[in-house]
Amino acid sequence: MDIHALQQIVHKTRDERRKQTIPKFSPADRDQLITKFHPDFREAAYRPIKFGPNAGEMTVRELAALLEGESPVSADLDLTPQYQADVLVVGGGGAGCAAALHAHAAGAKVILATKLRLGDSNTVMAQGGMQIAVTAEDSPVTHFLDTLKGGHMKNDHRLLKTMVEEGPSIAKWLLSLGVIFDRDGDGNLHVKKGGGSSKPRLITASDYTGLEIMRVLKDEVLNQKIQLLEFCAAVELLSDGNGTCTGAVMRDMDNKRFIVVAAKAVILATGGIGRLHIQGFPTSNHYGATGDGLSMAYRMGAKLMHIDTFQYHPSGAVYPEQLIGALVTEGIRSEGGHLVNARGERFVNELDTRDVVSSSIIRECEEGRGIRTMSGRVGVWLDTPLLDVEQGPGTLRKHFPAMVTQFERFGIDISKDPVLIYPTLHYQNGGVKIDTNGESDSKNLFVAGEASGGLHGRNRLMGNSLLDLMVFGKRSGTTAAQRVGLMKQGRLTLEHLTKFRAEAKKHGGSSSVISPMVLPAYAKKE
Amino acid sequence: MAQESTENVIDQPEVLKPRMVTVEIYGKKFEVPEGITVIKALWYTGHEVVRGAGCLGGFCGACATYYRTKDDPKVRTCLACQTAVEDGMSFSMVPPFPARKAIYDIQTLKDPKQDLFNLYPEAPLCRNCNACTEACPQKIDVREGVWKAVFGDFKSVSEMFMDCVMCGLCTPVCIADIAPNLVALYVSRAQGAHFVDKPVQLDQRIKEIEAGKFSDEWGRVMKMNDAELTKVCAELK
Repeated sequence: MDIHALQQIVHKTRDERRKQTIPKFSPADRDQLITKFHPDFREAAYRPIKFGPNAGEMTVRELAALLEGESPVSADLDLTPQYQADVLVVGGGGAGCAAALHAHAAGAKVILATKLRLGDSNTVMAQGGMQIAVTAEDSPVTHFLDTLKGGHMKNDHRLLKTMVEEGPSIAKWLLSLGVIFDRDGDGNLHVKKGGGSSKPRLITASDYTGLEIMRVLKDEVLNQKIQLLEFCAAVELLSDGNGTCTGAVMRDMDNKRFIVVAAKAVILATGGIGRLHIQGFPTSNHYGATGDGLSMAYRMGAKLMHIDTFQYHPSGAVYPEQLIGALVTEGIRSEGGHLVNARGERFVNELDTRDVVSSSIIRECEEGRGIRTMSGRVGVWLDTPLLDVEQGPGTLRKHFPAMVTQFERFGIDISKDPVLIYPTLHYQNGGVKIDTNGESDSKNLFVAGEASGGLHGRNRLMGNSLLDLMVFGKRSGTTAAQRVGLMKQGRLTLEHLTKFRAEAKKHGGSSSVISPMVLPAYAKKE
Repeated sequence: MAQESTENVIDQPEVLKPRMVTVEIYGKKFEVPEGITVIKALWYTGHEVVRGAGCLGGFCGACATYYRTKDDPKVRTCLACQTAVEDGMSFSMVPPFPARKAIYDIQTLKDPKQDLFNLYPEAPLCRNCNACTEACPQKIDVREGVWKAVFGDFKSVSEMFMDCVMCGLCTPVCIADIAPNLVALYVSRAQGAHFVDKPVQLDQRIKEIEAGKFSDEWGRVMKMNDAELTKVCAELK
């Protein structure tokens, strides 16, 4: 059928739906729904990891293969360093820039290396905002409890307390750097309510919050003259032979040569895994989201946690083809957008947590109440025109300019017609286990942002990632910088790799893939 | 899928039987399926992309591209991840342009509106050719923004350039050697750091945390076992 004919049901049922309130699921119903429909519970997609610090634990097959993968570095590589730093930051997104800026401010000589350009990251795409408890009716404790509830009570309490308590000072720091957040008439920060949160707490820069923060941080890294190694992918860490991290081996993406960087401390801010396309899902993630930091830290001996749980953002575009996987921001649901099945019915409280909303969309589609596309995809409607109906014409364009523009490029006016959406692989809930200063099990190896694990439990709340990046970027950068003042550069060896290879051999050898992946192989070979 | 009927299926003839179109990539002709994005056309034809792909979501500006459609002399700009190919289209990705970025300490600026002329002395030399506005894939009125910056209307500039993805396509076309996106970034940062009121509530909250206002509540919460925490969390609405 013509798409406009199918969309009619959304227009026809709108007034009726506006009168409805959809209650949230009871905890028991919620668990049942998730167990039945959430991709984290598809057993066939998982297998135990054969060796290494998390041997025997389950993760998705795509990640297991990378963790057990083969390093591109041979044991006899010449480890004479071309660069030396106090602190080497790997990754140029939000966490990497925050870490580099704070380490630099604390007096360390910093090198920031990234496999793409400075700023190329998921951070730049964050639309929904950053959760910080600033209003009188809210408190860091409520923020803590909301996050814990969203994370299925599995969050590391100490990491979480640290994050919510440092939130306000992070907002102040960003403001002082010239980040422009939305304000209320009285000059206070405007807050929006996010999915799974009991209080409005999202601080925003229209639907460009991540872009606004990233533009400023990137500019600040340049102003501070922090040494950059762009188009340099970290492919292996270096150790002193006793499990302490002492630097990294990079690969220059242009000439393919190895570069050795000696550093007293290394901060991995390498982001997530969307581009592994776990279980065949499309992804909202950036080009470099290939989980490089996980593989490198794993070979170094650092323990990972919660690596069996991933976040599928409820609203990835399914139509048009060009936008498959691209995010339709949760902000639209925050402002009252309904999810509607092929029968014109709502089926979930749109502001429930992402895992619940995603599971319910999958349920609708698997039980035959979805709308299919000829490319074999399926989805449900997100009633975007409702926002203009509720709040006046022009609301959508004013509040979500990025979204409107993105669809307009393909001739679709989302203020007139609903969009078709289905969950898209969005976030790695777990990652490298860290302490409250961002340090992993391996000494002087810090991890910040999406690459780290524990903070978000088994489901991250909307808006908590931007804050995570800033807080643990700052803490890892500051801690590393303070420590290196008292340290000498350690020996540069690949002994951890030799040990890892020996263990792999005992378990039938490494998987056949070269790890880290660095970039997905999208270029067609024939 | 339980659903077998064709009742709720969207027509997408282009997907069922993709029509192949001819495009020119870096001056060479290739056949690609109609309607895929420019970046996917590059991958489809075996081009490895390292420089020129970033977020793939239209936000990072890495995939700035020049293109021209069939029989049209006008060379246009786009983001490769956000633009569909059509028959007869020619395109090339744009390499990074060595624009000069001014170095400044945003927090210690004394007179940001005057400092603009020291940091970017070329900014007031705009000759109104409007090429920057035409080059902007985000449809920002760049020329107007440069003038507003020069006249000190920093607030308007910060609003106008909120959509700026820093692709830099406005820069190589400027006959006055202005880098409008960098000027706007400076202006926007200066606006945020110097001309916006400090949010009172935020400072209040920071003081409250420092003064230990929430200590008792933390004490209670951090002592709870999982069952107690679950109960408290369940009560949150």
